[in-house]
Amino acid sequence: MVIIVGVGGCVAYFWLANKAVDIVFPARGVSGSTAVENLRRQGLIRPWLFIGPALLILTFYLIYPVVATVITSFQDKNGEGFVGFANYQWAFSDPQFRNSIFNNLLWLLVVPAACTFFGLVIAVLTDKIWWGTIAKSLIFLPLAISFVGASVIWKFIYEYRGEGQVQIGLLNAIVQWFGGAPQVWISMPFWNNFFLMIILIWIQTGFAMVILSSALRGIPEETLEAATIDGATPFQQFWKIMIPQIWGTIMVVWTTITILVLKVFDIVLTMTNGQWNSQVLANLMFDWMFRGGGDFGKGAAIAVIIMLAVLPIMIWNIRQARKEGGL
Amino acid sequence: MAQASGNSAGKSGFGKYAVHIAVILIVLLWSLPTIGILVTSLRDKNQIVTSGWWSSFSSSTQTGQARLAGGDKSVEKDGKFVIEGNIFDPAGSGSIDAFGIKSDAPGEFPAGTVASSGPGETIQINADGSYAQISDTAFSGSRGQRVFYQAVTPPRFTTENYRTVLFSEGIGRSFLNSLTVTIPATIIPIMIAAFAAYALAWMRFPGRALLIAVVIGLLVVPLQMTLIPLLEMYNGIGNLFGVPSKTYLGIWLAHTGFGLPFAIYLLRSYMAGLPRELMESARIDGASDFEIFMKIVLPLSFPVLASFAIFQFLWVWNDLLVAMVFLGSGSDQLVLTGKLNALLGSRGGDWEILTTSAFVTIIVPLIVFFSLQRYFVRGLLAGSVKGG
Repeated sequence: MVIIVGVGGCVAYFWLANKAVDIVFPARGVSGSTAVENLRRQGLIRPWLFIGPALLILTFYLIYPVVATVITSFQDKNGEGFVGFANYQWAFSDPQFRNSIFNNLLWLLVVPAACTFFGLVIAVLTDKIWWGTIAKSLIFLPLAISFVGASVIWKFIYEYRGEGQVQIGLLNAIVQWFGGAPQVWISMPFWNNFFLMIILIWIQTGFAMVILSSALRGIPEETLEAATIDGATPFQQFWKIMIPQIWGTIMVVWTTITILVLKVFDIVLTMTNGQWNSQVLANLMFDWMFRGGGDFGKGAAIAVIIMLAVLPIMIWNIRQARKEGGL
Repeated sequence: MAQASGNSAGKSGFGKYAVHIAVILIVLLWSLPTIGILVTSLRDKNQIVTSGWWSSFSSSTQTGQARLAGGDKSVEKDGKFVIEGNIFDPAGSGSIDAFGIKSDAPGEFPAGTVASSGPGETIQINADGSYAQISDTAFSGSRGQRVFYQAVTPPRFTTENYRTVLFSEGIGRSFLNSLTVTIPATIIPIMIAAFAAYALAWMRFPGRALLIAVVIGLLVVPLQMTLIPLLEMYNGIGNLFGVPSKTYLGIWLAHTGFGLPFAIYLLRSYMAGLPRELMESARIDGASDFEIFMKIVLPLSFPVLASFAIFQFLWVWNDLLVAMVFLGSGSDQLVLTGKLNALLGSRGGDWEILTTSAFVTIIVPLIVFFSLQRYFVRGLLAGSVKGG
């Protein structure tokens, strides 16, 4: 019911607005010169009718908030008095913030590299076998799963029971089967970061694989054939011919995952909520927005820092896309 | 390519097998986590905690203890006092291998034997759980005898967990809420973006180049940058007009705003690639821009519209952050991801609830994914620059 009203309102706008233009400035059934004049007026107005809603929404939901967030980051808790750089000073002296930065760097080092590496290896391997498409579908599948869903899936794998009990978490069961002692994986400081990263790697490898696989298909056959004739081993082919030719794509995959990593939030929230030194920037920001009545100044400062980190990578990425003819 | 790689891999039979085995291993590694929760969600909830899901297809042996009925339930039969009953409730839910009277020897007697449990007293427990405690003298007290047993429980699969989470844990309601958020939040941006993309691709007006640059610039904005001002704005509007600040309309528009730059970018580059002659001949025939858009451009753009629709659908369905900020946490507004997050807090160890709920939340994306994979991949290839 609500759905129909929402969608219907949108349809009605475009249809009625166009009707209105046709009625106010009729182009048919009037004398020649009026028709030409009216067509010209229609031509002036109609683009703005088409683009108007988009412009309005972009202004209210993206342009205004970005400006406002930057301003808020220089203000106090309630967004009233200006405090200069105090929020940023606070941030860099806050142990939790430092811990988040450290963890974010760790994520940045590990996750994009691991995803790209696994994605590339799987893309190359599945290219060679007849059931490769099915294999790729299955590896790709986690990409459709929400971060929260994935967190439940992996929390179940990391589930811990006391030593000597039947382990129902897969990881501890394996450890115990090999004679090790079961561990509470997600509350081991430092190492727990890696157990959270595995979740994102599990999700994003499919993305890297699909993009890289389509790039591999684009490599001209002749170059590979020529290399084979010249006696290149498969490894030489891979490193000296395939990699250089898809280097641009590898970088796009790498940077896309890097941006995603900088904004990772759901996984940390649902797995540990930043406890046991696993905090990251995006979750810390969310914390400051709501916890204890919220401190919008500090939250905004963290948001600006995330933005500053994402910006250069993103600009580079778009440049790359434009160069390759995307625009 | 196929031929070339055939050559390189086919050099040795060994290498070929190695590739197959490696891929099988990787696929297993990637699928096992999902299979784990699917299998678990279908298991009996008592079995989930007593054995790993990987052993769920074989019978499990577990040690248990039970108390026989109290002395007040005894009946006199042939001069002896007899207590009868069944250990299992409901009867038949397990099978006893062996039993014992003492806790350090729970499997002392095989099922069916008559064991002496004291002077002039015997206990017999059969495989189906039925027991008989027979004594020469009258039983005293209402507390029954404690016995121990080793039971073999056959694997039991059930859809009971699904019934529980859907109807009494509130997942069913959240499922509807998710649909209420996702469907308009997918359709509205498509419509708005399609009109805007057409204008940016095919209409001439001052400031067009600037607008295109702005849209591309907005691709870079991380979601986090917008949350605080939008929240303040929503609260302000709510206070000003005395309406709730957390509404479905609010989240539709928010998702529309966050999805628009990517949608316009994607649709514009596709529409700009349509043949110019088509538009021009239509214009000569007297068609207005609105007619050209509706009758020519929109039908031709179907593939890219589908790509974006799937992308946006999955994005909104899987989103947690936006829903947590712009919707309330009451049952009438809690979406699936939010509900799942809440359950992780409140039902932390109840894996029958968690795995089942998780599977309910991922089933829709999985269906969309498998049925429309082609469009999804296309959107992914085009959209690797999305900022979101």
